[in-house]
Amino acid sequence: MNLDFSQIVPYIPFMLKGIWVTLKFVFFSISVGFALGILIALCKITKVRFLKWLADAYTSIFRGTPLILQLMIIYYAVPQLFDYDISAFLSAILAFGLNSAAYVSEIIRAGILAVDRGQVEAAQALGVPYPKMMLHIILPQAFKNILPALMNEFITLTKESAIVSVIGYLDIMRRAQIVGSRIFHNFEPLLFAGVIYWVMVFLLTQIGKYMERRLRQSD
Amino acid sequence: MIKVEQLTKKFGDNTVLKGISTTIKQGEVVAIIGPSGSGKSTFLRCLNLLEQPTTGDIWIQSKKITNPKINKLSMRENIGMVFQHFHLFPHMTVLDNVTYAPQKVKGIKKEEAEKNAMELLEQVGLTEKAKAYPNKLSGGQKQRVAIARALAMNPEIMLFDEPTSALDPEMVKEVLDVMKDLAKSGMTMVVVTHEMNFAKEVADQILFLDDGKLVEKGNPTQFFKEPKTERAKDFLDKIL
Repeated sequence: MNLDFSQIVPYIPFMLKGIWVTLKFVFFSISVGFALGILIALCKITKVRFLKWLADAYTSIFRGTPLILQLMIIYYAVPQLFDYDISAFLSAILAFGLNSAAYVSEIIRAGILAVDRGQVEAAQALGVPYPKMMLHIILPQAFKNILPALMNEFITLTKESAIVSVIGYLDIMRRAQIVGSRIFHNFEPLLFAGVIYWVMVFLLTQIGKYMERRLRQSD
Repeated sequence: MIKVEQLTKKFGDNTVLKGISTTIKQGEVVAIIGPSGSGKSTFLRCLNLLEQPTTGDIWIQSKKITNPKINKLSMRENIGMVFQHFHLFPHMTVLDNVTYAPQKVKGIKKEEAEKNAMELLEQVGLTEKAKAYPNKLSGGQKQRVAIARALAMNPEIMLFDEPTSALDPEMVKEVLDVMKDLAKSGMTMVVVTHEMNFAKEVADQILFLDDGKLVEKGNPTQFFKEPKTERAKDFLDKIL
């Protein structure tokens, strides 16, 4: 056994800074994925054929190709096309947000379809217009049912965010690799990174449970 | 006034309504009865366009609602509907259920909507449940809230789709009592029902539907005593 955790002590602040860096882009990715996911889910349940086709094609492409490929296409290929030097931060938000939207839209679609059809009819009979019906009546009920699945998706995104290290974005993972190559020991920094990820996911899980309890008040 | 002319409704190859014509006057209470599958509910649901008629025309207060250009939403504000399975909004309190549509559809201020809602809840005997969620209510209470919710839009016509069919027997009366009060207040009501006593007592007109056709219509005394058609006679023999 050749373990020496004292070696990483000087690098702990450097690695902890990665938490903020990771959280920052994960937060924006989840927001983009969530908002876009709702929009795509609505397209999937509409009667407008073209929108439905578009939404299905979108989901198929983003679920059917590796996330790491999407990330690298956005980071390395976009500058080649548009002569715009995209930052690692923006690439990460785009890749993770667009990818997550595909999964979120499927979850939300299922949630909307699971809401009793009578709720739509009750709203229609009262003269409630479609946007208000969706916003105030259908989506709140759908979210209550899909919250566990949605939290699961957010947790997966938080964990898989480590993939951004491949485009050199200085997240927790990348920092662990840098420290590893600095001190010629990989186990200690990687284990430390693992603990950080685990704590983040644990906290997210607790937040999810709390929200679930709040939403169950009307049960 | 509601006027229906040659109304038909097809679901795929299945013709559910086969040319129904009738008139319902202002303030009239009409009970629609008939065997299951006769098209009663479909007929009712055509009156507020929850089902789009295949052919035929419907006028409500001299407005032709089967005109494709009609604004369905504003037309429905004027027609309240009560469903067999209540369809209360489960994530809202009783008070929010009743105040939601007046606020969000008509733009009435919260205080005013709540004041109006409390009056309606008093009318249906449920003021003490204002802050409760629907899952804390019995079936009869849910249905009374559903009636209050529909009335909150101040409709001129109320449609009831088998309002007591999903209730335990001991709760039927409390709902029918609310409906009777409503009938006395001069509300135009169209009620699909299996409650023959209610039809007998409260209705001004009976529509008997069978196999998508309006087989017989008339006043309740005459209809229940001596139905003119063989099919109505059969039906009454079976259920009374």
